[in-house]
Amino acid sequence: MGFAKIARRTFLIGAAAIAGGVAVGYYYVNKPYANPLEDDLADGESTFNPYIKISEDNTVTIITPRAEMGQGVHTSLAALVAEELDLTLDDIVAEHGMSDWAYYNGGMMEDGVPFAAFNESFMAEAARVAMPAVGKLLGLQATGGSSSIKDGFDKMRQAGCATRYMLLEAAAKEFGVSKDSLKLEGKTVVDPASGNSKTFGELASAAAALGAPSELVLREEKDWKLLGKPQPRVDIPAKVTGQPIFGIDVDLPDMTYGTVKMSPRFWAKAKSYDDTAALAVPGVQKVVPLETQTGNGFGIIADNTWAAFKGAEALEVEWEEASYPKTSEAMMEVIAAALDTEADQSLRDDGSVVTAFADAPQEELIEAEYSVPWLAHACMEPMNATAQWKDGVLDVWAPTQAPTIIQMICSDLVGVESDAVRVHTTNLGGGFGRRGEVDFPIYAVELAKHTEGRPVKVTWSREEDQRHDTYRPAAMGRMKARVKKGELPTAFDMHISSPSIMKSLLDRTFPGQAAAGPDNTISHGAFDQPYTIPNYRVQSSKADLPVPIGFWRSVGNSYNGWFHEGFMDEIAEKAGMDPLAMRLELMKDYPEAISVLNKVAEMSGWGREMPEGSGLGLAHVISFGTWVAMVVEVSDNDGDISIDNVWAACEFGTVIDPSIVKAQIMSGIVFGLSSAIGQEITFEDGEVVEGNFDEFDSMRMNQCPKIHVELLETYHKIGGAGEPGTPPSIPALANAIYAATGQRMRTMPFSNDVSFVS
Amino acid sequence: MKLNINSKLVEVGDDPEMPLLWALRDVAGMKGTKFGCGIAACGACTVHVDGEPVRSCQLMVGDVDGPITTIEGIGDADNLHAVQQAWIEEQVPQCGYCQSGQIMAAVALLRDTPEPTDEDIDDAMTNLCRCGTYPRIRSAIKRASETIKQEA
Repeated sequence: MGFAKIARRTFLIGAAAIAGGVAVGYYYVNKPYANPLEDDLADGESTFNPYIKISEDNTVTIITPRAEMGQGVHTSLAALVAEELDLTLDDIVAEHGMSDWAYYNGGMMEDGVPFAAFNESFMAEAARVAMPAVGKLLGLQATGGSSSIKDGFDKMRQAGCATRYMLLEAAAKEFGVSKDSLKLEGKTVVDPASGNSKTFGELASAAAALGAPSELVLREEKDWKLLGKPQPRVDIPAKVTGQPIFGIDVDLPDMTYGTVKMSPRFWAKAKSYDDTAALAVPGVQKVVPLETQTGNGFGIIADNTWAAFKGAEALEVEWEEASYPKTSEAMMEVIAAALDTEADQSLRDDGSVVTAFADAPQEELIEAEYSVPWLAHACMEPMNATAQWKDGVLDVWAPTQAPTIIQMICSDLVGVESDAVRVHTTNLGGGFGRRGEVDFPIYAVELAKHTEGRPVKVTWSREEDQRHDTYRPAAMGRMKARVKKGELPTAFDMHISSPSIMKSLLDRTFPGQAAAGPDNTISHGAFDQPYTIPNYRVQSSKADLPVPIGFWRSVGNSYNGWFHEGFMDEIAEKAGMDPLAMRLELMKDYPEAISVLNKVAEMSGWGREMPEGSGLGLAHVISFGTWVAMVVEVSDNDGDISIDNVWAACEFGTVIDPSIVKAQIMSGIVFGLSSAIGQEITFEDGEVVEGNFDEFDSMRMNQCPKIHVELLETYHKIGGAGEPGTPPSIPALANAIYAATGQRMRTMPFSNDVSFVS
Repeated sequence: MKLNINSKLVEVGDDPEMPLLWALRDVAGMKGTKFGCGIAACGACTVHVDGEPVRSCQLMVGDVDGPITTIEGIGDADNLHAVQQAWIEEQVPQCGYCQSGQIMAAVALLRDTPEPTDEDIDDAMTNLCRCGTYPRIRSAIKRASETIKQEA
């Protein structure tokens, strides 16, 4: 399968040409991918499908083809397989496996449809059914969009179930009995009548030769032994003993080291440079100019990382000027100006806000503008990748969320077909969307062309990482509502403007194939919320700025959750209604929203008398298919605001592992609150100002509230876990600050207006 | 140059100005100590020098004046430290990248303050965790404190 072909198909996501894509790709959609494990089996190993191999020594290896970046995916995906094999997680080994198209993520595509998660109209369902096919067509092995369980729930259980059938059938032939009489005990098939038994390892070769069964009956939920119960995570023992499991820990024979110094102004090139001082640093071997699709600058190859860092510091470069507005203020003006143009997308337009506003008396109108800054991902593990280009084969070791995209792009860099590129996914020291990018592997591969076949590990400094991120875009929301004292709002209008993530992503990932048209992500978290208001419109406009932007935990929901829910609080106040009572009325058509709201009210003691300087704030956001209601409690601490408690009630449909899911919700909350209490990326002279954690900090232990999470499981669809905790945390905090202080937050970070415990 | 690391003499190269972090990782091949920021702001590189928690990205090899303990010297899979055991029982790590440093900070805290209050934990545990594992770190420190007390 050629790469150019894949790259062209990728265009389909951006253009959302779903129907066309499916028609063109009918053959690919219905033909299964080959099992990639077949090419790489060790002696004595057998494979049943792309997810399972069993060796003669009875080792059962489960390929968990989503990146382990802290979300526990190796545990939960492995549990789906183990459940069907009647095994525990102690019986198996979980591995990332190699990059391959077979490991496409269909679930991630479902959230790309321009419909709310609860919209089950024919159009919405038809689009959702089509989207996994698009994922398959693209062979998009990616981790993101809180989609791993959605995508793997059936696939992984089917893989385990099919393997069970095959092992039982092989044993039945061996023992000369019916397979219905056999039992599984650990990794052994037992015939209770005769007492005969064979291990999985002894049966594997014969079983794998049988071919997959055509019909499968999966274990029923009532019989689950692992699923739905907390399992000890398979990755934790290595993480408490300092094992070298991350990309930055890769160590290969004859390996050399490197770093990069890229232009601090995006897309600018070096006007001139002098590498005399850099080459004079002991241990520095080479300085390599880089001009790539993701940025321009230099690579430094050295004997160790420290020497490479010192070489980068010593390298003198004069860079071209920025080709875009040079300061944060000037950029914000571009975003604000887009609000004054006609919107280019309207994903919700119920009734007519225009008519509703036309005859409204002034005292019934309320308006507000909210804005958010650019944000860095600040993964704990700085960007890095290792590459080796030797004898016509390219190996890339990377902590990546998107191995097949790396495979596709890096094969072009060295001019080989995809099958000559092997991408080894390591554990990720944080991802949050940043590690779906291709810049860090591209630079490693470019440097590997200059190391005479030696592997080179290229590690970025923190400053390089933070000043060359693919940022959460700045955004603005302009809201207006019509509301009468004591009554529910009759009109709600919202216009959002932000640069387009999809455009930025496609421009740098597949240059020349950029998607035109609107970008749904700009409206996520606003158009798709379960409120019923007779006149209700959500529009968006794309602001044209070339700062690289990307997916940042919860994407558009990260700002719209606050714009929408912060303004809802303002509406409740104008109506003189309790924020909970108003939401219960406006969301009464959606029982899941009502149940999480009632649950969180009960958990937090909503409505109780609060001491002077304290307050409770409420928000509800559904994102990635999960309904989350949240209450934040703040109090005054000698003039500083302290965040004391967060209560979250979350409706997931089905929870595979409650301990992991609760950890993910907590994590999402801390991530959102971190941004609210102080994060901001700013620009001067076209360059990012904040280089390190001293200028772009996150919540610390002493600032972290007590977090109380309850999981509900009644909805008929599985929701995501990694992201839905983030969007409601920010408005719940803003609304709590208002309740405590009377100060309305309309600009992030809130530390620009109030002071937090530090 | 050789340093006493985890009770063994280990070669760390010949550049006295190299931060201990990079000497550990790139010269001695001990990867448990992590690089996070390079300016002592995150604590991912925390090791003990003479028992005291130190951010090794800011300590030059030539300035090391005592025996060093890294995460590899705290305990291993077959012989876990009470803090590591508590980290497993509370299922603390998510991505896990900061946890070597968190564990080193917690071990030092519990040695000096065997029964830490929430305030003691706030003061001692200043390491950054982007996954937000702080609530479980707090629980794990308290659990480890109990274990250590019972074993004493």
